[in-house]
Amino acid sequence: MNIFVCVKQVIARDSLIRLNAAGKWIRDDGLTFEMNEPDSFALEEALRLKEKHGGDVAAITAGPARAASTIREALAKGADRGIHVEDDRYIEADTHATAQALAAAIALEPHDLILTGLQSDDAGFGQTGVILAELLGLPHATIIMEIDASGDRLRCKRELEAGWFQTVTLPQPALLTIQSGINKVRYATLMGIKRARRKPFRRYSPEDLGIGVPARQNVRRLYQPQQAKQTEFLRGSGRELAESLLAKLRFEARVL
Amino acid sequence: MSVLVVTEQQSGRWHRMSFEVLAAGQQASQAMGSPLIAAVVGAGIESLAAEIASKQLSEVVALDHPALASYTPDGFAEALRQAIAHLQPELVLFPHTYQVRDLAPKLAASLDKPFVSDAVGIRFDDGKPVFVRQLFQGKLHADVTVEGGEPRFASVQSGAYRADSVVTSDTPATIRTLAVELDPSRIRTQTEAPYQEAKDSVDLSSAEIIVSVGRGIQDPGNIPQAEELAKALGAELAASRPICDNGWLPLDRQIGSSGQTVSPNLYLALGISGAIQHVVGMKGAKTIVAVNKDEGAPIFEIADYGIVGDLFDVVPALIEALEAEQ
Ligand SMILES: Cc1cc2nc3c(=O)[nH]c(=O)nc-3n(C[C@H](O)[C@H](O)[C@H](O)COP(=O)(O)OP(=O)(O)OC[C@H]3O[C@@H](n4cnc5c(N)ncnc54)[C@H](O)[C@@H]3O)c2cc1C
Ligand SMILES: Nc1ncnc2c1ncn2[C@@H]1O[C@H](COP(=O)(O)O)[C@@H](O)[C@H]1O
Repeated sequence: MNIFVCVKQVIARDSLIRLNAAGKWIRDDGLTFEMNEPDSFALEEALRLKEKHGGDVAAITAGPARAASTIREALAKGADRGIHVEDDRYIEADTHATAQALAAAIALEPHDLILTGLQSDDAGFGQTGVILAELLGLPHATIIMEIDASGDRLRCKRELEAGWFQTVTLPQPALLTIQSGINKVRYATLMGIKRARRKPFRRYSPEDLGIGVPARQNVRRLYQPQQAKQTEFLRGSGRELAESLLAKLRFEARVL
Repeated sequence: MSVLVVTEQQSGRWHRMSFEVLAAGQQASQAMGSPLIAAVVGAGIESLAAEIASKQLSEVVALDHPALASYTPDGFAEALRQAIAHLQPELVLFPHTYQVRDLAPKLAASLDKPFVSDAVGIRFDDGKPVFVRQLFQGKLHADVTVEGGEPRFASVQSGAYRADSVVTSDTPATIRTLAVELDPSRIRTQTEAPYQEAKDSVDLSSAEIIVSVGRGIQDPGNIPQAEELAKALGAELAASRPICDNGWLPLDRQIGSSGQTVSPNLYLALGISGAIQHVVGMKGAKTIVAVNKDEGAPIFEIADYGIVGDLFDVVPALIEALEAEQ
């Protein structure tokens, strides 16, 4: 089975966020980056499917030069090869531009299954996978919690709202977006990290793929959200703070 | 030219967000000076169409076809493409449900149009929509405009518009059934009936006080601290999704869009950032207290009382203060 897994590099969780000079994105300097967390579940699922059914796992990203380290992380965890569509514009790109890059690179090779995360932690579009499927003409299913690839058709457990699920089946090739928590992700081993250096790593520019990086969803302005409620911030520490909170809850909010 | 709102139903029952998106549509139609059309998609949906026709709208279109009895991306996208070709709307609005996550990006991409997902608001500058979206997990908001012509596609976030603000009308809107042509053999996905896993063994919906832990709890070894606080307060213990994903607490203690919805008198959020998928499950709480070491955490946008600090300082102090009172 030829599996592609789409991984995005995002800023590390709990980073301090500062606006850039244009006020349209955040400043990159001084930040650390990591694999978008939902994508690590997708990668793990790809590795498990390969272990079960055989085949090849390619990790692919569209991103700036620094995103290569996220591909290397995927290789260290067990992906067989990496693909990087490299351009700085993918940092702020909209879903169409990103999906186009991924589609153009994947279309060059045989593909049975494409996995993506559900949502990126930075832009939070929750759409790139579905658009990628549409551009490649593939069927898709989203928010997947289990994959059975043993039959002709893929059988998947799809999460619905409020604790409901549904089984869906679809023909291959197909694209699935993976829900967090579907599996327990593995860590890279020292051996894995060493091996990763010798694994094939393919780089493309958008021009190599004959595509541009169009921007059709444009951020005009980025800003701090307004408070929906008047939050009363309690200060102090230890016992004093605890007592003042309990007093507020008893005598002001009257909920204790 | 019109504003088209796509409602959602399942087996003859409305998704509650259908009315939220209708409220968004009514506001948009007024701001743009364009008539509002509501689409109902499914099989055997006459009574739903009649029900929604009592709202202030210019028209209800029913996309009724046996192949639309259960949702499939191929079937629903094709039906809506036909409706859009026919109605030529300038703006198409969806509620940001799980089904819309699955459908709308495909539909818009198939028409080579962008789709603005999960908007928390829509403003109009010179009659042109400016969408407000959350970025960086709600830490920042962005004003977003869309190029590429009409129709523009967007979905609105749960709770961003109030269902009870929908305006009704004395004279019902006209209902038009669009003849959708679908070839079932071109629907590639097959679906089975929805099911629930082991029925919730813990029902948190009647709890009066909930102590809820998020990833700020850092380690399963710290859960007992939160348990102790819950006990001292006579509260139930709950959690955000990553805690249940990790198996640190059972799934039936998860609050949010994929877990339980609660509205206790008091919700104490410990080390929870306040992602919308969590917030939809608890924002109905009467009083919300948030403890988070990041003052920019979006949970503070909905908290009544906030403590910017380390939960490992606050929790023991609270337990101590409660015990001292005994
Ligand atoms: C389709 C879909 C469905 C989802 N369903 C759900 C759902 O039902 N329920 C749900 O909860 N989530 C759900 N999620 C996930 C959701 O988007 C968030 O990822 C999740 O809620 C984050 O959990 P968290 O706040 O615990 O973790 P984080 O976002 O990592 O936040 C941890 C917080 O703890 C703070 N912190 C860290 N250390 C400390 C400390 N020592 N003291 C105080 N504060 C500290 C940090 O500042 C941070 O704000 C869903 C996502 C998707 C896409
Ligand atoms: N630049 C990118 N490179 C590779 N994969 C991506 C990229 N952006 C998004 N994806 C994939 O698409 C999923 C959804 O992202 P988004 O639509 O931005 O929320 C992510 O979880 C990734 O799997």
